[in-house]
Amino acid sequence: MKNKRALFAVPYVGWMTLFVVVPIIMVVIYAFATAEGGVTLENFSSMGTYASVFTRSFWLALLATLICLLIGYPAAYFISREGPRFQRLAMMLIMLPMWMNFLLRTYSWMSVLENNGLLNQLFRNIGLISLYNGIAGLFGRAPVDHFQMIGTPGAVVLGMVYNYLPFMILPIYSVIEKMDRSLLEAAQDLGAGSARVFRKVILPLSLPGVLSGVTMVFVPSVSTFAISRLLGGGTQMMLGDLIEQQFLGGAYNPHLGAAISLVMMVIVVVCMVVMNHFGEGEEQAVML
Amino acid sequence: MLRLRCGDIKIMEKERGRIMSKKLISLADCCVAFDGELVLDHINLYFNDSEFLTLLGPSGCGKTTTLRIIGGFLTPTSGEVLFDGVRINDIPPNQRQVNTVFQRYALFPHLNVFENVAFGLRVPKTETVEGRKKKVKIPEEEIRQRVLEMLEVVSLKGFENRRITELSGGQQQRVAIARALVNRPKVLLLDEPLGALDLRLRKDMQSELKRIQQQLGITFIYVTHDQEEALAMSDTIVVMDQGRIQQIGTPEDIYNEPKNAFVADFIGESNILDGVMHEDFVVEFFNRKFKCLDKGFGPMEPVDVVIRPEDVDIVPPEKGQLRGTVTSVTFKGVHYDTIVDFKGFKWLIQTTDYHPEGETIGIILNPDDIHIMHKSEYSGMFGDYSSYSEEYDELEDVSLLEEDGEGGDEE
Ligand SMILES: Nc1ncnc2c1ncn2[C@@H]1O[C@H](COP(=O)(O)OP(=O)(O)O)[C@@H](O)[C@H]1O
Ligand SMILES: [Mg+2]
Repeated sequence: MKNKRALFAVPYVGWMTLFVVVPIIMVVIYAFATAEGGVTLENFSSMGTYASVFTRSFWLALLATLICLLIGYPAAYFISREGPRFQRLAMMLIMLPMWMNFLLRTYSWMSVLENNGLLNQLFRNIGLISLYNGIAGLFGRAPVDHFQMIGTPGAVVLGMVYNYLPFMILPIYSVIEKMDRSLLEAAQDLGAGSARVFRKVILPLSLPGVLSGVTMVFVPSVSTFAISRLLGGGTQMMLGDLIEQQFLGGAYNPHLGAAISLVMMVIVVVCMVVMNHFGEGEEQAVML
Repeated sequence: MLRLRCGDIKIMEKERGRIMSKKLISLADCCVAFDGELVLDHINLYFNDSEFLTLLGPSGCGKTTTLRIIGGFLTPTSGEVLFDGVRINDIPPNQRQVNTVFQRYALFPHLNVFENVAFGLRVPKTETVEGRKKKVKIPEEEIRQRVLEMLEVVSLKGFENRRITELSGGQQQRVAIARALVNRPKVLLLDEPLGALDLRLRKDMQSELKRIQQQLGITFIYVTHDQEEALAMSDTIVVMDQGRIQQIGTPEDIYNEPKNAFVADFIGESNILDGVMHEDFVVEFFNRKFKCLDKGFGPMEPVDVVIRPEDVDIVPPEKGQLRGTVTSVTFKGVHYDTIVDFKGFKWLIQTTDYHPEGETIGIILNPDDIHIMHKSEYSGMFGDYSSYSEEYDELEDVSLLEEDGEGGDEE
């Protein structure tokens, strides 16, 4: 009986081994190897040059995660309090952009943020740029003919927030939505006003959703390369870009690429473990 | 005959006592409709100070809805809720001097036992000091003392630091009671608090609850669909069905003088037959006149006649007022459930003597064994035991399911 059931697991175990375990082992081997096949730590020691890329990656990803949380939590909370029809509609609207190709979405942001893009044209037409020039003139600044948006860290963060916000909203929404209503009634019954009900019951009980949301936004943000390349205009290099360059770009060095991936992975895992610890094992947060 | 008269006087005394003591909460003509469907139908009801009142009725009859109106979680579609004579329809739950033990306990899973019980005490209270409103917090030391005291009342001393998930059903139940009572409410609402417990534990908790209620002198409004529980615990029982109050009275009152066929059937077992009231104290059924103790019916008024299974005396056939044939016998421990066929109508008779299937027996009905009720919408729906065996099986299934829920209380 038990053996029979174990049989069903074979394909999954095989799949996991082939496509998860083996690649990770390969990354580890590559990271500690030289091109000639020797063992070395040089791949790691040479990483110091890229400290700024590490800092930028984690800083921008953190910022994007924080903004997603600040937007996503209230959104999820208010959606979950509405009627079922509104909830369905809102969920559909939130997921709608995800049905479009990720690159396409990011390209569209490019055309919105470009120096001659939609936003700058709009600012020009409503006279915002002239207004700025007028004021800037008073302080002896040179006039501009556009606002610099593309190629700034802000644009990269915007791209991350735009692309990953649904991953923050969905888990928080589903936790709050599934929360036992009688718990809220019990808190009210014991004298708590709505602010206290939120602080003492809803917030702590929704932490597992927050943790999964944070994980699901932070991890892809820190390793993204398309967003930083397209919206960062080549000036906002992130870890994803760096790694990509080592495998496909001019700076071909898969060993260094593997080492960077490994370090990034370790840092991310450590972050997640620490965070999950904060959640105090309160229901298991989703680890990606 | 004498027995019932005494009972009558007792009931009247109790009823008078109920009217004279202080009304704490009243529901005046309350209706609740969900999507146009009437769930509570013109409920008029009052709750006295320090009273143990039970709302009793089958599932879906509107008991929880009634509690939710009192707790403030639901505003009645029409009608008024009065607390000490003041209309409280629009007062939110957190400002009512009422606490609730929820049907599924609703304990906070992220807090331990102590913090669950302390939850209400930690809420700052608004108090008017010298004409100005001030938020007052209970000092930590007092919170600690009151929580521990209350945990002792519900026999959970030493459990303060346990997680909720580490408690058995019975223990969780007691945490829920402590969490509500620690706030010293004037009224405690309990929604089928023992529903998920097994039989033994349920019995223990029944007397425990009754003890706590008497010790603290708080009004308990208790919801259950279990008639035995209601009879055992209550000062006053309110029998409900389909959103309407069927009868209000003391347990004795309700058992001995059911108002209609529904109450008679729901409270214990009842044989309910069609009869005709000839004159005061004379009723006819099965083409025979019987003496009874009821009066005040119209001449030749059709009525429902209730005969409790334990009230019937079995005698040899030739001595009986009626003769019937035993069609089935079930041993129930203290007595035998004997089904007897009288001219096609099957009665349930509970007797300590064994009468085998097929035996012809006679029965004698004393005047105080016969209870007369006006005809109602429930007439003809209950009280015939022709389908007894199926009904019996059904009941057994239900109790099995209920007792499945919890593993019991280990201590
Ligand atoms: N929020 C609601 N929406 C619609 N119908 C409801 C709602 N709450 C209760 N009801 C209906 O009201 C009736 C009474 O419910 P309830 O008071 O919970 O019964 P009880 O507690 O006696 O089992 C049921 O028929 C139930 O389906
Ligand atoms: Mg209910």
